[in-house]
Amino acid sequence: MSAPAATAASAPGSDSALLEVDGLYTHFELRQWGFLRTGTVRAVDGVSFTLDAGEATAVVGESGCGKSSLARTLLGLHRPTAGSLHFAGSELSSLGRADLKAYRAQVGYVQQDPYGALPPFMEVRRILAEPLIVHGIRRRAERWQRIQAALEEVGLAPATEIAGKFPHQLSGGQQQRVVIARALLLRPAMLIADEPVSMLDASVRVEILTLLHRVQQEHRLALLYITHDLSTVRHYVDRAMVMYGGRVVEQAPVDALLRHPQHPYTEALLSALGDPDAANAGRPRPVPGGEAPSLIHPPSGCRYHPRCPHAMAGRCELEPPPPDFRPRPEHRVACWLRE
Amino acid sequence: MAGPPLLEIEDLRLGYATERGTLWAVDGVNLEVRRNEALTVLGESGCGKSSLARTLLRTLPRNARTPSGQIRLDGREVLGLPEERFRREVRWVRIALVMQAAMNALNPVVRVGEQVAEPLRVHQRMGRREAQRRAAAAFEEVGIATDFLRRYPHELSGGMRQRAVLAMALVTEPDLVILDEPTSALDVLTQASIMNVLKRIKAERGVSFILITHDIATSSELADRVALMYAGQVVETASAEAFFGDPAHPYSRLLMDSVPRLHQEQPPRAIPGRPPSLLEPPTGCRFADRCPKAYERCAEPPPEVAYDTRHRVRCWLHHPGGRR
Repeated sequence: MSAPAATAASAPGSDSALLEVDGLYTHFELRQWGFLRTGTVRAVDGVSFTLDAGEATAVVGESGCGKSSLARTLLGLHRPTAGSLHFAGSELSSLGRADLKAYRAQVGYVQQDPYGALPPFMEVRRILAEPLIVHGIRRRAERWQRIQAALEEVGLAPATEIAGKFPHQLSGGQQQRVVIARALLLRPAMLIADEPVSMLDASVRVEILTLLHRVQQEHRLALLYITHDLSTVRHYVDRAMVMYGGRVVEQAPVDALLRHPQHPYTEALLSALGDPDAANAGRPRPVPGGEAPSLIHPPSGCRYHPRCPHAMAGRCELEPPPPDFRPRPEHRVACWLRE
Repeated sequence: MAGPPLLEIEDLRLGYATERGTLWAVDGVNLEVRRNEALTVLGESGCGKSSLARTLLRTLPRNARTPSGQIRLDGREVLGLPEERFRREVRWVRIALVMQAAMNALNPVVRVGEQVAEPLRVHQRMGRREAQRRAAAAFEEVGIATDFLRRYPHELSGGMRQRAVLAMALVTEPDLVILDEPTSALDVLTQASIMNVLKRIKAERGVSFILITHDIATSSELADRVALMYAGQVVETASAEAFFGDPAHPYSRLLMDSVPRLHQEQPPRAIPGRPPSLLEPPTGCRFADRCPKAYERCAEPPPEVAYDTRHRVRCWLHHPGGRR
């Protein structure tokens, strides 16, 4: 694998972390007629975490919790409003155009909707050649060699046959494999997979998760796996963090998070899910009332307090809890109950 | 508990005319739903489960051929009923449908209350005031405050729109509600609360449900019985206890092993291979080329074998004289 991108622009905060996110905010201005500011969407609102080389972390949350905005900020598609992002020791906001391009080659992106992610009028060969051309691989033979290797790596064989197809001629699972092949082509150090399996059938879902896990392990990639479905994180990642209302409410090793959830929201997510069982039909599931919080007018204090069965009056609605109470050594939780 | 048979489907076939010949999306399906019973039709995309739902309600696209077989409602044949009578006597009066992504198909410029009342006005020719009153009751039943009757769809959250669509299906007090992937576009917590509403309505109202889904965990949230479809055919029908506890068809077993589970050490396993094309399905068992237990006999089409009371399996392994 190639060396991490770019020159060191600032000193890294720790030696092993590949990605260091510190107090990250990504806000979007709402405007009317193009100039009147009418509000702010606080999509990512103070997120901190680190990701080591070769480490896989799941980002879990419901729609509108800011997880996709976080992904797009990390990909350099949104400019952060505040906070710092260090990748391999370099501060992202200080990178010039050329360095930013080198950074993007280091970060592979696996989109949610494989069909939407692949241009319908291009053959697979052409789709996969594009990133190589953009990143300066001029020789056609070398490009083809790398395309072939990538297709074989994701289990699409024979490569010559697949390369000649258009996306609509492939099944959903095959399309997602092409997207993964494209993400791997530039030999990145990190993969960001945004709901990579939510559009797929049960059995294909497992195939794709297994494939992602395999390439992550083989290439020692850092992986950020973004999902709304807690039941698909076990076996595939080392750690998980749960987002709610633009903030991280809990992070821990995945087994600890599933076995001993510390935040009431994580508990709610876990009790809303069930493994298949005939007894499920007879009993209602405990579900907190209310709706996901607005990112334009988020609740005061802890953002979960209006739905939380354990909210403490005079505390939770007033002060936002700090993100790093440690009720158990391996957990970090933003909840006053765990103070 | 479940009562007498409400809906009986016998040897139902539905084909679509395509450039490359007829595609049989539903190919000889036999099913039964009793009163106050919830049947889950489970299957991966393209297995024919949505076509089955659309055949039952005759909301088929233009290239669909005339379905053959029998559909009996309370013992009366309805597949051959003229369209006008079907509309007046069956569709939305006895059987209602919540289509896939229906929550996004609400008319954006008509108040939600009007839309929920519409089936009453169209199918039962009810007066406006009475229809609005019934719509309000349906809203309460699915857990939306009645002030929302006067709102437009964009003013409702996704979960509320899905509840409104459910209210629209319930407003005519049908005997059977067909739900096609009712929660697949929703968040985990919203999904669970919609399933809670369905559980409550089933217990209180005695309605029968057909829940069509590809999601095995969701299917277990409502099912009394499960029918698993593969390549246009039902391969196993069983009680939820038997299906989730000890399924008989090799496909059912592999499918259960492919479910990611929260509380299990064993990682899920994918099923190798993919389903056959419905344009040229294999002449024998359609699952044979992916089946670890396939043997010579599987080159012939397997019959549906009675495995237990109300438990049928389309598999040679369970045939008398078959290889267990």
